[in-house]
Amino acid sequence: MAQAQEFEKVLSSSDTSVAAFDEHKSAVKRIQHFLHSTPAAVPLIVLVLAIIVFGITIGGRFFSSYTLTLILQQIAIIGILGAAQTLVILTAGIDLSIGVIMVISAVIMGNCAVSYGMPSVLAVAIGLAAGAACGLLNGVLVAYMKLPPFIVTLGTWNIVMATNFIYSANETIRDTDVDTQAPLLHLFALSFKVGTAVLTLGVIATVVLVLILWYVLNHTAWGRHVYAVGDDQEAAKLSGIQTKKVLMTVYTLAGLIAAFAAWVSIGRNGSISPSAAVTDYNLQAITATVIGGISLFGGRGSILGTLFGAMIVGVVSMGLNMLGADPQWKVLLTGVLIIGAVAVDQWIRKVSA
Amino acid sequence: MDQKGFGMTMTQEPILTARGLVKRYGRVTALDNADFDLYPGEILAVIGDNGAGKSSLIKAISGAAVPDEGEIRLEGKPVAFKSPMEAREAGIETVYQNLALSPALSIADNMFLGREIRKPGFLGDWLRMLDRPAMEKRARDKLTELGLMTIQNISQAVETLSGGQRQGVAVARAAAFGSRVVIMDEPTAALGVKESRRVLELILDVKKRGLPIVLISHNMPHVFEVADRIHIHRLGRRLCVIDPKQYTMSDAVAFMTGAKVPPEAALAA
Ligand SMILES: Nc1ncnc2c1ncn2[C@@H]1O[C@H](COP(=O)(O)OP(=O)(O)OP(=O)(O)O)[C@@H](O)[C@H]1O
Ligand SMILES: [Mg+2]
Repeated sequence: MAQAQEFEKVLSSSDTSVAAFDEHKSAVKRIQHFLHSTPAAVPLIVLVLAIIVFGITIGGRFFSSYTLTLILQQIAIIGILGAAQTLVILTAGIDLSIGVIMVISAVIMGNCAVSYGMPSVLAVAIGLAAGAACGLLNGVLVAYMKLPPFIVTLGTWNIVMATNFIYSANETIRDTDVDTQAPLLHLFALSFKVGTAVLTLGVIATVVLVLILWYVLNHTAWGRHVYAVGDDQEAAKLSGIQTKKVLMTVYTLAGLIAAFAAWVSIGRNGSISPSAAVTDYNLQAITATVIGGISLFGGRGSILGTLFGAMIVGVVSMGLNMLGADPQWKVLLTGVLIIGAVAVDQWIRKVSA
Repeated sequence: MDQKGFGMTMTQEPILTARGLVKRYGRVTALDNADFDLYPGEILAVIGDNGAGKSSLIKAISGAAVPDEGEIRLEGKPVAFKSPMEAREAGIETVYQNLALSPALSIADNMFLGREIRKPGFLGDWLRMLDRPAMEKRARDKLTELGLMTIQNISQAVETLSGGQRQGVAVARAAAFGSRVVIMDEPTAALGVKESRRVLELILDVKKRGLPIVLISHNMPHVFEVADRIHIHRLGRRLCVIDPKQYTMSDAVAFMTGAKVPPEAALAA
């Protein structure tokens, strides 16, 4: 052993217990630690509270399984887009284009199946590929050209939206045409009744997708790398992670998921309308993500939170609707929830650091 | 001991060499024709003023930065690492000055970042499932073995650790995975007296395993205690290499700061 310096000699008589994996904590510390390591807890609590509050004020009508499952049907598409947005935001990016990617993918699926008479399976595959290609474009620009995600996706948002209108000549594909020529496109409208609860395949697909992504993010190396890249990209790179590849796959996957949302949306809407491109799907997806506790600075949050976030918005708008309130109250409350969610996020991080 | 010999090390071929490394950041020249030699089984200390280019040097030889000019050889074969991953795969493990840990990830996740262990069989091969228990056990074993710190929970986020504990995790990661060369850029900068001593013992342990170590440090007593040779870096290049048994700390500081010119024999070829 090396010769210790004079002042270090006393170390030989110092406490030699090392690496004691102490599991004892005070109750408050435990709660802090729990919230820190379980980022979906806060949105889940808010969701349960919202259901209880509206349940009490509205009564049994709200608590019915019919109402609750109707909320799920309403948030399915935002839930899926929110899942795509979550992947991107976890890498400290943002994707403003997923809403229009969804719309153009739906239009492409519809045109391929109805206007060009292709087999529905092929039409769906082409639509999914188109969404993934848009995502890939975002990914290449962000990862390899090193352009800021906000600017890149602001650009592709406009490009895809314009392409959508030019390509489709803003013509809607009618519900009945889809039904007769390509019923596969309406697959996710299939519904099951369990008592008064009505579950569509779209709702089930949303939940399953989120669960799959949760597994991938938490239990595979790629998922850990997504978090690491969003957390500290430089550190991730020095740790040996191929950050460019991770970023590119994330944006591509987000595009693919947006195209999947397109398929589900055809089931929900029946017809396929290019003018849906002006709907603020993006902002709704970002809202669900933020209320779900995903940090806009990247690297933190659970994708389950995003699903809860979407449900919170769904519960609040349904509740206020049933109370007969001015729809603007929903908008106002959403704003409050967004700011509240970010504040809570900061608070949890402060107490745990 | 004779001047050239530095003991037995010089009689062997160096394991890692660099010649004429140049690295520019805009108008700043961080490396200006820097040379570097590391011999098998030795502890080479690299010292120099702030901004002398020590970190730039180790970044160049560990794949974290691609030098503009110059040549690097590992065991005689030219190498050009384009990423830290490639250097790691070649067996060069590095503790960077900024530690390179992901704050929100757990200690175990950090230690295995980029080389995760997957579950055996279907779960791992098809579902790509990580073997958390195995990784946590190995991380825990390593940290306990190194005795670097008191940690509450191996699955706690790195950001909930103190600066010194984080440094311990980074050092443990490098020591656990290095197979050819271990490089440590100021591994004791944030550590307490006791923890610093442990890291020094750890460095000697790694040496006992036969691995050469590059130790960058501003702590002269530590450097003189463990180093077999001292590489003095000044103004972006290697000024000289000295034997700690033949020079005093004040000599080293004088060379490093330019207060004294090193003798011919010590000057880099
Ligand atoms: N990424 C970078 N961008 C711009 N300049 C850099 C970068 N990295 C290093 N430099 C510059 O290169 C020079 C050498 O820096 P380096 O970090 O290698 O010094 P060092 O010897 O490690 O110093 P310290 O003892 O403070 O760690 C400095 O002038 C620094 O400003
Ligand atoms: Mg440095």
